[in-house]
Amino acid sequence: MNHDYQKDISGCGLTGLISRKRRRISGADIVKSLCLMTDRGNGLGAGYAAYGIYPGFKDFYAFHIMFDEPSVRWTLEEYLKNNYHIEKIEEIPTSPVKAIPIAPLLVRYFVKPLKDKMVGEIQEEDFVVNTVMKVNSEIEGAYIFSSGKNMGAFKGVGNPSDIAEFFRIEEYEGWTWTAHTRFPTNTPGWWGGAHPFTLLDWSIVHNGEISSYGINKRYLEMFGYKLTLLTDTEVAAYMLDLLIRRQGLDIPSACLALAAPFWKKIDALPDGEREALTALRQTYGSALLNGPFSILFGHSKGLVGINDRIKLRPLVAALKDDVTYMASEESAIRAICPAPDKVWAPRAGDPVIVNLED
Amino acid sequence: MLEINASGMYYRDLNQKIRDAVDKGEKDITVKNVNGQYYMGDGLRGKSTITIEGVPGNDLAAFMDGPTLIIKANAQDNISNTMNTGKVVIHGNAGDVLGYGMRGGKLHIFGDVGYRVGIHMKGVKKQAPTIIVGGTAGDFFGEYMAGGVLILLGLNDDGRPIVGDYLGTGMHGGVIYVRGEVEKENCGAEVGILDLDDEDMKVLKDSLAEYCKDMGLSLDEIMKKGFKKLIPVSLRPYGNLYAY
Repeated sequence: MNHDYQKDISGCGLTGLISRKRRRISGADIVKSLCLMTDRGNGLGAGYAAYGIYPGFKDFYAFHIMFDEPSVRWTLEEYLKNNYHIEKIEEIPTSPVKAIPIAPLLVRYFVKPLKDKMVGEIQEEDFVVNTVMKVNSEIEGAYIFSSGKNMGAFKGVGNPSDIAEFFRIEEYEGWTWTAHTRFPTNTPGWWGGAHPFTLLDWSIVHNGEISSYGINKRYLEMFGYKLTLLTDTEVAAYMLDLLIRRQGLDIPSACLALAAPFWKKIDALPDGEREALTALRQTYGSALLNGPFSILFGHSKGLVGINDRIKLRPLVAALKDDVTYMASEESAIRAICPAPDKVWAPRAGDPVIVNLED
Repeated sequence: MLEINASGMYYRDLNQKIRDAVDKGEKDITVKNVNGQYYMGDGLRGKSTITIEGVPGNDLAAFMDGPTLIIKANAQDNISNTMNTGKVVIHGNAGDVLGYGMRGGKLHIFGDVGYRVGIHMKGVKKQAPTIIVGGTAGDFFGEYMAGGVLILLGLNDDGRPIVGDYLGTGMHGGVIYVRGEVEKENCGAEVGILDLDDEDMKVLKDSLAEYCKDMGLSLDEIMKKGFKKLIPVSLRPYGNLYAY
């Protein structure tokens, strides 16, 4: 047998952790966990999202923006100045990394919408979403890839360790972290296409393939979302914003819409439950994510892990004291938590919902 | 006896070390501080016993032909893919897609397993691959099974059903023994649920005697509860699936 036969056999890898007590954990942990799964990706994308990292600016939206051309920055800033109070502008701190010779210009802005620009019924968060959609679709070469409060996404083309070193992830402290190593299959490996995908404080990392992308995209477009990042995972972030923030679904119901049980299971439920789930599935048929996936989504109040309905992608969870861990592989959890109190594999379509304590 | 410290070691380096030791005739290898290294025992031949301390990575024992792997912890996904002979003993839980296309040998798991265990297990000539699971299993247990023996014990009474949905879907050979009752609606259309005959009891007891020895369990205790036998009973049950 030829043991030197080389072939890259991979899938994406994801990992996340949350301290329910809002204990801020150094980025070093999540980097170590993700780096154990480096071989699940192929160097064409890695990224991190963290919550609780900007306590000094927690009332401002933190816009992380990438610019293909440095000159685009001035167009963008003119637009921002007309619509937002800008508390602070700074380049996102980076370190030179040999493996990342070329990077876009990366700047972050701590901002608040100007009151007189929000006309009519529009809420502050709607205003921010509109800005993200407008910038990403209309200002050529500028992408807002993070727009929440007291949180941020850091991502690009590279291996997990290179991206971590580049963005100096170990210098941040957060109570929720998610991370991703990418093996792009159907769409380009570019800086905007790396995970996490975020909108407001929603952040998504995803392993798998959303076969229903076309249906989901058209559905989201009816509500004003613009899908500009050329990657299927983007629909999941916007779908959560639509279902939970705009339409008021609670998290368990939103999970049931995204990964609805099969009709066979719904039909076997007792009366009230069957009708409720039938209504949910009929209403949100176009929100159903079809195809194989495991997803972690972070938000300002917690972290959720969920699988597709027939478990076509891996997900393992573990508990230790106030921290819940979720990852594609148990060993990625054990890399930073060698002796968890409990380890389990969540069942297909059965979400693991962790809420932060107040 | 050789001891290898795998702490922080890249999987290629670790597997090369193990392969070199086996090539030199080392029969008893202990690998300590394993965490996540992929492809352990893959394509390995000979009669060595390799004890793994820690959680090995995915694709353990793929194409393995002879050795015995003893894992003292949980294990991950895709174990014993197309394995030919030898044995894997896991003292914890294991993940999804175990024994894919397995041709022979034994896979003994103390705890729970995930989805698609025994998928397309086949056996070859007189070889009957055997997977024994001490805990519970997820959906698609024995999916497209073509040969060999799957035994599911459900010894940990944690309130979860012993097995998930789509049991034996697409099954066309081999046999599944489940300790306890099986619901017809959870089985594939071609699966028949039968009582065990004397020949079944012999296969079951022989297999379980070895499993009990590996795990330190009592065969008498396990046999106190009845088993059901699942085999394919109809030909081409989906023949009309796309005809209407």
